[in-house]
Amino acid sequence: MAALVKLFYLLAAVLFIFGLKRLSSPATARSGNWLASVGMLIAIVVTLLFQGILTWQMIIVGMIIGSLIGATFARMVKMTAMPQMVALLNGFGGGASAVVASAEYARFLDAGSAIPLNTGITIQLSVLVGSLTFSGSVIAFAKLQELVTGRAVTYPLQKTLNAILLAVIVGLVVWLVVTPQNPTAYVVLAGLAFLLGMLSVIPIGGADMPVVISLLNSYSGIAAALTGFVISNEGLIISGALVGASGLILTNIMCRAMNRSLANVLFGAFGATVAEIGPAGAPGGKSVRSITHEDAATMMAYARQVVFAPGYGLAVAQAQHEVRELADLLQDRGVEVKYAIHPVAGRMPGHMNVLLAEADVPYDQLFDMDHINPEFDRTDVSVVIGANDVVNPAARHDRSSPLYGMPILDVDKSHHTIVMKRSMRPGFAGVDNELFYDEKTSMLFGDARDSFKKLITEVQEV
Amino acid sequence: MVEELVVLLVIFVLAMFVGFEVITKVPPTLHTPLMSGSNAISGITIIGALVIAGRGDTTVTSILGLLAVIFAMINVVGGFMVTDRMLQMFKRRPEENE
Repeated sequence: MAALVKLFYLLAAVLFIFGLKRLSSPATARSGNWLASVGMLIAIVVTLLFQGILTWQMIIVGMIIGSLIGATFARMVKMTAMPQMVALLNGFGGGASAVVASAEYARFLDAGSAIPLNTGITIQLSVLVGSLTFSGSVIAFAKLQELVTGRAVTYPLQKTLNAILLAVIVGLVVWLVVTPQNPTAYVVLAGLAFLLGMLSVIPIGGADMPVVISLLNSYSGIAAALTGFVISNEGLIISGALVGASGLILTNIMCRAMNRSLANVLFGAFGATVAEIGPAGAPGGKSVRSITHEDAATMMAYARQVVFAPGYGLAVAQAQHEVRELADLLQDRGVEVKYAIHPVAGRMPGHMNVLLAEADVPYDQLFDMDHINPEFDRTDVSVVIGANDVVNPAARHDRSSPLYGMPILDVDKSHHTIVMKRSMRPGFAGVDNELFYDEKTSMLFGDARDSFKKLITEVQEV
Repeated sequence: MVEELVVLLVIFVLAMFVGFEVITKVPPTLHTPLMSGSNAISGITIIGALVIAGRGDTTVTSILGLLAVIFAMINVVGGFMVTDRMLQMFKRRPEENE
């Protein structure tokens, strides 16, 4: 029987892998998600039937409460709030792993039996990673939800204190592995891991959150895998490893897109202060050209190809639907419309794509950076909406710029660029953007949503 | 005992490689649903939670079990549902502009 149960868990894991495989195209992705959830259902049913469940009330109560909360979250959340939603779900996953490890520990203590070395090691690691994921995710959630400041919070000796904390935790883990019968030390370990999770996310600024969420995603997978080690379940180990790998890949992609190392993101406290450079004009007396909505509309209406480059400012202005409306009008006139999506355009990997998909933008018009960059030469008008650092040409050539080396959208290579912005305030990196002073660039100041409404009327009248 | 740990470690490492292979093929457009979907998969901890909650041991263990089931279930149900909600929004361009 035990062998059969194991085979069912293997089946669940295989379904997860096939589910993830189907995520390789938007056309098959939805069925992939269904496949994965069938895998989960199989795993749950097999556990309930064959794992010697004796009492049911805790299980029934827990499953009802958990499902209701989860379903409510999933239905209510706004697409703009997806990053904090995923952060929170990560946290619950990590929390569950920590609790399972603790319950196993409590069981060994109750029985008064010796804890085998391998179980001891995995229990300590599981509670460590689980607690850290839980508290780190909660802080990330609070920052993104703006319950606490989204800025990087720094204080003196921050890194030193965190390093000491980490050293103490490592010491406790070793101590508990050698002498496991020590509930006090165990509770202290869980508490300190919780604290470390909080303290290590606090110094990370709002725009670096995509990296943190990806990393916490990876942790939640590793936490699940560690739980698998604790209860000797291969299904958990395989599934956890898949998620761990996924999170690591996304973390890596995000870091590369920002041209920063993981260490720099985690410890650099980027964006603790916002430098106000060039409030009105630019240093050196450069000036910008502004454009009227009428002229901008004419320019787009008679273009062959228009590329929209949205940044998070678009989502803040809630202008996704207006952009799509304008795009529809332009397409009716025979203009080719494309969207250029930088990897860090939103608050988490792929966030901007979801926001545009919600506004009914077809996914075959969404182009990632590598695919759209060769297109700019052939583009008549590029429209930058609420993006800044990701279109700064200084990243390509100015060695002194903090952005140097960061991959960008080459909008400056198109024949004309229209930059829609509220003001001349610099972007997250606090550096001035030379694109704005380019002679092919025109600035369209104002709220993005209002501007698009005006552009729509103007294009209709052209 | 330690041998068993090594076997599990082998499984873990090989599964990581499978994960890398499969996930590098996911296009950037789908990275957000990938995160929420893989997040739901990490809710597989539910298995451990159910075993503990159903064992009927001491009160401490069963309360921990209840908590673990709630957490993991939020993770599983919330994760799969929100992923489905996102994925149904991804649509192709209508054929009329041929």
